[in-house]
Amino acid sequence: MAAISAPNIFTGTKSQYRVCPVTTLKVDLAAERLIIWNAVTAIVALTVGGLYALLIGLTRWPDVHLLSAPWFYRLLTGHGLNMLVFWIVFFEAAGLYFGVTALLNARLVGVRLAWVAFALMLIGSLMVNVMVLMGKADVMFSAYPPLAADPLFYVGYILFAVGAILVCCIFLASLVMAKVERRYEGSMPLAVFGLLTAAIIALFTLASGAVALIPTLLWRLGIGEVDPGAYRVTFWGFGHSAQQINLSAMIAIWYSLATLTVGAKPVNEKLSRFAFFLYILFINLGSMHHLLVDPGLGSANKFFNTSYAMYLAVLGSLIHAFSIPAAIEVAMREKGYNKGLFGWLLNAPWKEPGFSALMFSLFIFGFIGGPTGVVIGAGQINLLAHNTWRITGHFHATVVGGTTLAFMGFTYYVIPLIFRRPLFAKPLVRWQPWVYGIGMILVSISMTMAGVLGAPRRHWDTTFTNAAIPVQLPSLTNLMLTLTGIGALIAVTGGIMYVVVCVGSLFMPKREARALDPMEA
Amino acid sequence: MAIFSPERVWWKPLGREERLWVTVSAVWCFFMFFMLIGWYFLGAQNLPTKTMRITPAQFQTLTDAFVQANKVGEEAGIPIVHVPAGGDAYLIAKQWQWTPILELEVGKTYTLHLSSLDVQHGFSVQPINLNLQIFPGYDFIVTVTPNRTGEYGLICNEFCSIGHHLMTGKIIVK
Ligand code: HEM
Ligand SMILES: [Cu+2]
Ligand SMILES: [Cu+2]
Repeated sequence: MAAISAPNIFTGTKSQYRVCPVTTLKVDLAAERLIIWNAVTAIVALTVGGLYALLIGLTRWPDVHLLSAPWFYRLLTGHGLNMLVFWIVFFEAAGLYFGVTALLNARLVGVRLAWVAFALMLIGSLMVNVMVLMGKADVMFSAYPPLAADPLFYVGYILFAVGAILVCCIFLASLVMAKVERRYEGSMPLAVFGLLTAAIIALFTLASGAVALIPTLLWRLGIGEVDPGAYRVTFWGFGHSAQQINLSAMIAIWYSLATLTVGAKPVNEKLSRFAFFLYILFINLGSMHHLLVDPGLGSANKFFNTSYAMYLAVLGSLIHAFSIPAAIEVAMREKGYNKGLFGWLLNAPWKEPGFSALMFSLFIFGFIGGPTGVVIGAGQINLLAHNTWRITGHFHATVVGGTTLAFMGFTYYVIPLIFRRPLFAKPLVRWQPWVYGIGMILVSISMTMAGVLGAPRRHWDTTFTNAAIPVQLPSLTNLMLTLTGIGALIAVTGGIMYVVVCVGSLFMPKREARALDPMEA
Repeated sequence: MAIFSPERVWWKPLGREERLWVTVSAVWCFFMFFMLIGWYFLGAQNLPTKTMRITPAQFQTLTDAFVQANKVGEEAGIPIVHVPAGGDAYLIAKQWQWTPILELEVGKTYTLHLSSLDVQHGFSVQPINLNLQIFPGYDFIVTVTPNRTGEYGLICNEFCSIGHHLMTGKIIVK
């Protein structure tokens, strides 16, 4: 390993680098440690959330109905938080540090602050998890007042958010410093541009989260009141915009995986960057579509705010939906796979986990998650969809089948290149994206169908057996809930395969990567 | 090479396929944008709603008076109320019950008042699957004209604490 040193103007110490023999990227060792710790914590959160997924999935399967009602609601709260917040954000923190250092040949500015951010996020997530398991926060991740949790729950949530804000600031500072120190030539790589989009959206998103959660904490401490409507506006300014962070990060990873797996080059950098820019400008108002059937806001207001914002952001997504497959096609054709209309696709490296994860992620997001979201975001249709399982089906195709699967595929590159360990159990790796992807397709479609039939989300008993007045949903609902249960078993198997590979790899002997392809590295 | 800096000059014109795709996408997005607004004027699916501030105690008082004046029966301890044609109907959401049971007549127009006495709830009419978010402190005023007879189940689809799945109710259309 070649170590290089450069003085660090903030701490006075020297930054240590190593040069990756495969990619020739220069990796800041301080950043590398942060990447490893954030990624490992993310995977721990995914493991906990995945265990809960299994248990709640089996509870909603009518013939199994595993957990008691209180534990179902408790673990559902834990599932939402560990998955949507902790797994995703810890992984994104790792991704931001990776992008701004390794991809720019640069160093991380404010390493100590980055550890403070990590500590805040870790403490925050532990507090939240403890409160949830103690039964002091049976409120779901959205925590709508006046439903109340223990004040420490909100404290944990806020600490986590503050840590995440620090991560974004460190990313931006490092980005500026890389430019000042001329660590890279010309413009930043497209993947880093995508991460920058994510970080910018993250800043106003997290600020909105603070505006929702801090008054709620104060109210729990006896100071002031919280208006349920105002809370929902600000909470979804956080909760929904957070999905655009995930979207931008996921697309940055899609472009990266397309490069890493088949050597694809963005067809037109201008167009791809413009598409990211559209997200920054237009996507935040999309949060309004959580409020389409709330009291207090007029119909005209709701429809206008969802329409223009949503469709200009959708334009950005349509551009990526063209650019990424096109880049892959061009790269494959350049390699000589020119037979027929789809020869390039058939001959693509489907055995490589990064590629299959990319394709499943693209497919699930592009054909299930995105379109269902656009449909339920229309005011009139939202009347039929609000708070049904149709919503849950939609976002299991976006942030799970899309983002989570892309992150999983990316991990298989991070382990040899950053952790510097060969992958454990390679046959498992090869099939992991397939199992997870197929399971998630089943989960999201069956959830959506159940929701169309009226099945409510966050609900322990859709047969309403113990309710005073009997209500019956169409009989097909049962079948759909069962299919979700089966899909959950498949997807959780895929999740376990991922965790086994990651944890197993941590115990493999340390050595430099020998090839870019993680199956050979 | 998305992970490396692009070549010095990447500000290039779009290719033919790209121009075509972007044009089609943009036209479609703008069409959908205007349709969403247009539908508000053209479509028949808008909820005619209005919202007023009200305290839970006030809402309880109004509902009690309404039930007392129009009660026609009881099911499982919940009063059944025949709403005067064209009149105001009050429906309380509380942990974990929709009360009273409303009896409406087909073809008549009613003003339905929805509010919660405690936390947020989800008003969900089955099997037509019509869903609204209900807050405490807000009187959500919806104009309804039932067009089909039958018994409609009410469920709650916003998590409202541990008995959430017990929360049901009914609307009868005669
Ligand atoms: C093995 C994979 C997974 C399975 C089988 C699964 C299954 C489920 C099930 C059954 C529910 C309950 C829905 C309800 O009762 O309303 C749920 C909710 C949810 N899941 Fe997953 N899930 C998985 C992975 C994920 C991941 C990776 C994320 C985020 C990145 C995620 C985010 C959520 C969220 C945000 C909720 C909603 C919680 C709420 O309504 O408060 N899930 N999931
Ligand atoms: Cu309720
Ligand atoms: Cu409820």
